[in-house]
Amino acid sequence: MKYLSEFRSPEIVHALLGEIKSVAKGEWNIMEVCGGQTHSLVKNGILNMLPATVRMIHGPGCPVCVTPVNLIDKAVHLATEKEVILCSFGDMIRVPGSGMSLLEAKARGADVRILYSPLEAVKIARENPDREVVFFAVGFETTAPANALSVIHAQREGLKNYALLASHVLVPPAIEAVLNDPLSHINGILGAGHVCAIMGMEEYYPLVDQYKVPIVITGFEPVDLLEGILMTVKQLEAGEAKLENQYARIVKTEGNLKAREIISEVFEVADRQWRGIGVIPRSGYSLKEKYALYDVEKKFIINIPTEQENPECIAGEIMKGIKKPVQCQHFGKKCKPSSPLGAPMVSSEGACAAYYHYTSYLEKTVAT
Amino acid sequence: MPKLDFDIITLGHGSGGTLTNQLLDSGVFKLLGNELLDKRHDGATFQLNARVAMSTDSFVVSPIFFAGGNIGDLAVNGTVNDLAMCGAIPKYLSLSFILEEGLKMEEFWEVLVAIKTACEYAGVQVITGDTKVVERGKGDKIFINTTGIGEVHPQASIDPLRVITGDKIILSGPPARHGVAIMSLRQGLEFETSITSDTRPLHKIILQLLDTFGAEIHLLRDPTRGGISTVLNEIAKYGPNGIEINEHAIHIEEEVAGACEMLGLDPLYVANEGLFIAVVHANAADAFLQQLQQWQHGAKAAIIGEVVVDHPGQVIMNSNIGGRRVINMLSGEQLPRIC
Repeated sequence: MKYLSEFRSPEIVHALLGEIKSVAKGEWNIMEVCGGQTHSLVKNGILNMLPATVRMIHGPGCPVCVTPVNLIDKAVHLATEKEVILCSFGDMIRVPGSGMSLLEAKARGADVRILYSPLEAVKIARENPDREVVFFAVGFETTAPANALSVIHAQREGLKNYALLASHVLVPPAIEAVLNDPLSHINGILGAGHVCAIMGMEEYYPLVDQYKVPIVITGFEPVDLLEGILMTVKQLEAGEAKLENQYARIVKTEGNLKAREIISEVFEVADRQWRGIGVIPRSGYSLKEKYALYDVEKKFIINIPTEQENPECIAGEIMKGIKKPVQCQHFGKKCKPSSPLGAPMVSSEGACAAYYHYTSYLEKTVAT
Repeated sequence: MPKLDFDIITLGHGSGGTLTNQLLDSGVFKLLGNELLDKRHDGATFQLNARVAMSTDSFVVSPIFFAGGNIGDLAVNGTVNDLAMCGAIPKYLSLSFILEEGLKMEEFWEVLVAIKTACEYAGVQVITGDTKVVERGKGDKIFINTTGIGEVHPQASIDPLRVITGDKIILSGPPARHGVAIMSLRQGLEFETSITSDTRPLHKIILQLLDTFGAEIHLLRDPTRGGISTVLNEIAKYGPNGIEINEHAIHIEEEVAGACEMLGLDPLYVANEGLFIAVVHANAADAFLQQLQQWQHGAKAAIIGEVVVDHPGQVIMNSNIGGRRVINMLSGEQLPRIC
């Protein structure tokens, strides 16, 4: 496939691996921020091809994994008790709430629909004027523009039966939270390419300056990842800490201005609770007051108890890169995709899911 | 389509009374009639002169019409293929409908015509059947169950226990067409594609291969739900061996690869309806592949891997770039992803 096969070329991959091996003198821990990158590393078998001195730490960039249990409970409550049509991206529906997942709610008769686009939810609202339609708006900066656009469309059409259950989170505050954690030992960072395609590069300069950690904005294919790792290792060996852009074919310095404009029309930055990590100040988006009509939190009165996360799940440590999935005593035993203790086991970008699906035979080598 | 007094299916069509008879007379018997079915008895009696294979399958696909076929030919080909995977020559089918009240008669007719065509193409006869109607909302237009009976090829010796170290794994063509064709029509995913389902009967090529290679063919499986990955895992779990496959040997059509990329699906887990995996003795594998490639749908057939002593019970794939990873069974349904 044009524009993909080039980035999966075995020859280029081997050349890059050779260069990484010759450049890497010290021992380095590099965190790939995005869960999509984690999956690509594991799925392509890259973790086992890197020299042992270059260790990949899996970051917090899985939006499904960091969505707090209380929001899932709210979604389940809306679908089961308020009888709304609850629309969601597919990843979200297997994630366990404190009582049940959306998938279980669906099996018990709730109207839960899996969509690819929030605009499809607006269409459902238009076609079902007597039903309330809620879109479970989960994601990092990448999905925010489309979710914001759905609100703009609903408003333009005068639809009053459409609302967002917004759980948007932002990457830079998450990187900061990880770097501030005394248990994390991260030397360099692969930035999340698609997030930067929307937001641009500006907000990463202060991180590089403050924490003296190189950040290389990186894509998702094997060649992208290895090139990003090489660029990071080169900086580390040279004692540098710069912001670089490996994914320049997609990421522009200023990002996607139109998308950013749509985001700031609908959303404002707010504090957010992260599953397993806690509240991170100014780390997510909430709907602006002028769009209150489309905000589930303001439209519905939801009285449900705030449940604690399952204490057996070490998602927080996994997402801060302190532990690998195979270091969890429940991994593959009590916790599996069919009976998850936490979100990282069922999200398509979750580190635990990546390890479960692709590495059971190789887990000993990956765990080191 | 014949001229009828009704244009939709009603509960009365499943009552067993006059309306049921009208429906059957107007359609099913006329289209599918044969000596055994025409007796209209509670069941059919017949003689078979060989070892017998039997298989059953229910079809609930939604939507019922898709690019490359509909639920009717799927229901015939599905059971024909299950018999073929047993090394059997399909002979007879039972055909049971569960229809939802309100189903348009023209849709039912189109399904029936597809069943007739598929039966003729596959050389099987429907010899008994049943029709029930459920209230609107209790079904999804039409569900079909077919059960098939076939005579096992005299040289066939298909048995999971015959899989041995060194056997080659052969895939008959490019995967994931059926699943992608269906997904492209589901609500919320509508996208334009020219990808059609690969639904087709496989028994003719299987019987030709059995004529030539007989007991050298140790196992046959068609990777329908759960795709290639799930079947390979099932094969690995039958015995004391592991399976190793090579990503570069699996030909994935460009349009299918593109659609899967866009939908966040792994083609190795997507359903097929006209594909098979053969586990063949190493000595016969090259000749088997050569003959398979002569088949009109076999040009892209390939040896994709082999049965190994290492990692018993597990399927390991050598990735295109030289890495290795486990291929697990699909857990739950493949779901579209966020980003």
